[in-house]
Amino acid sequence: MLHGHQTWVFPNKPAILSTATVGGPFEAEGPLADDFDILHGDLWLGQDSYEKAEKKMLEEACEIAIQKAGLQKQDIQFFLSGDLMNQIISSSFAARTLAMPFLGLYGACSSSMESLALGSLIVDSQSGNYVLCGAVSHNAAVEKQYRYPTEYGSQKPPTAQWTVTGAGVALLGSKGEGPKVTSATIGRVVDMGLTDPFNMGSAMAPAAVDTITAHLRDLRISPGDYDLIATGDLGRVGHRIAGDLLKKHGFEIPEDIFTDCGILIYSEDQPVVLAGGSGCGCSATVAYGHILNRMKKGELKKVLIVATGALLSPLSYQQKESIPCIAHAVSIEYNH
Amino acid sequence: MSNKKKKKLTSVQQEYHSFAKKREPQRSVLLNCLRAFLVGGAICLLGQFIQDFFLWNFNFTEKTAGDPTVAVLILLSVILTASGVYDHIAQWAGAGTAVPVTGFANSIASAAIEHRSEGFVLGVGASMFQLAGSVIVFGVFAAFVIALIKTTLAMLGGS
Repeated sequence: MLHGHQTWVFPNKPAILSTATVGGPFEAEGPLADDFDILHGDLWLGQDSYEKAEKKMLEEACEIAIQKAGLQKQDIQFFLSGDLMNQIISSSFAARTLAMPFLGLYGACSSSMESLALGSLIVDSQSGNYVLCGAVSHNAAVEKQYRYPTEYGSQKPPTAQWTVTGAGVALLGSKGEGPKVTSATIGRVVDMGLTDPFNMGSAMAPAAVDTITAHLRDLRISPGDYDLIATGDLGRVGHRIAGDLLKKHGFEIPEDIFTDCGILIYSEDQPVVLAGGSGCGCSATVAYGHILNRMKKGELKKVLIVATGALLSPLSYQQKESIPCIAHAVSIEYNH
Repeated sequence: MSNKKKKKLTSVQQEYHSFAKKREPQRSVLLNCLRAFLVGGAICLLGQFIQDFFLWNFNFTEKTAGDPTVAVLILLSVILTASGVYDHIAQWAGAGTAVPVTGFANSIASAAIEHRSEGFVLGVGASMFQLAGSVIVFGVFAAFVIALIKTTLAMLGGS
């Protein structure tokens, strides 16, 4: 149900029946290691390419989520997923294995919440009983496609971010126990003219701010109504800018409830991540792992996940185009 | 950023650029120069040792000892690249590992490793010069221009 300009409210409250998260070796060293269902010590996952490893992670996450909910593959009506590979091959190829009706999405790193928002819409409108929503990214596969070969020796600036190797999947159901998806705000594309692909946080921060303010305006609520507002992958640089921008626009969010998945996933003593984590897998694994676990423990009741995405391609960057960005917000509530 | 680039931006974009710039950590140019000097210098020092080794132990002149020296440095760089160490050194050293011949070897070896999954012809063969290719093209072209200038000057000199 449309509320305001760009927000959907879900009166039937689709439930997140189960979630599954899969991570790589670098995520295993991070502070959120305990929140993953599977952690792989090997970036290759026993496959012969990084792209295949990425697909494998998504398949694993889907299988675990279905299993946790006590369902079978045939019970799932739709599978919605996105990733960062050209032609979203990881999602499509995983959908081939799962053999489910599939909608492939691309919203760069915002794909995680894009799929959850659309999945909730499907379930809320009774167009499906069970919908699987996912997103995946792989550090080496993304570096190869967007930047330089993984072993190439070039110095990255302190604003650069580290793509998360991980897959996160949520299984939505029309009824059942679990955290409920209550609303979603679809973001606009915001382009502030930034061109540096090693500074995604600064490029994406205005998109996150635009979506957060739209969400609060559409629902006529204040940041204090949430126990936690987590952006997807702004990193330390983008998080600071987003916080100050919100303050400038009169929507100050207290620092104790405002955080970023890209900051949470790695610790300070992993200096190679520089400004923090990024990628589809970043918001997906942190939201479906760490944040939902905290909700289940009763530490959080109402959260807003704002997944941010930079909609550039290696080609558009080489042709000196600026970086358009987007953010989608989904609010999740859990009352015991 | 150049003024030409800035002119294309709207006032809101320009305002945001300076807003964001104030909140971004900057690269320390001085520290990077120092590190590049130390690491780049150390690589050259190593090269000098290798060259002396060839001069003393084998039948090389100072001119011909350069070839095996470069070959050894390339081999070392490729081994470090393949074992996943070179990129970590480069993150610390910056231009120090990029400028010497080791950086050139790393750019080729890393691209070759990266594209092995696409096979030898379409992967390794086609992609290994993706980074080094422009160095070769413009290097050869620059050499040609310099040679042209030198020849012209020599002819004008009438010698």
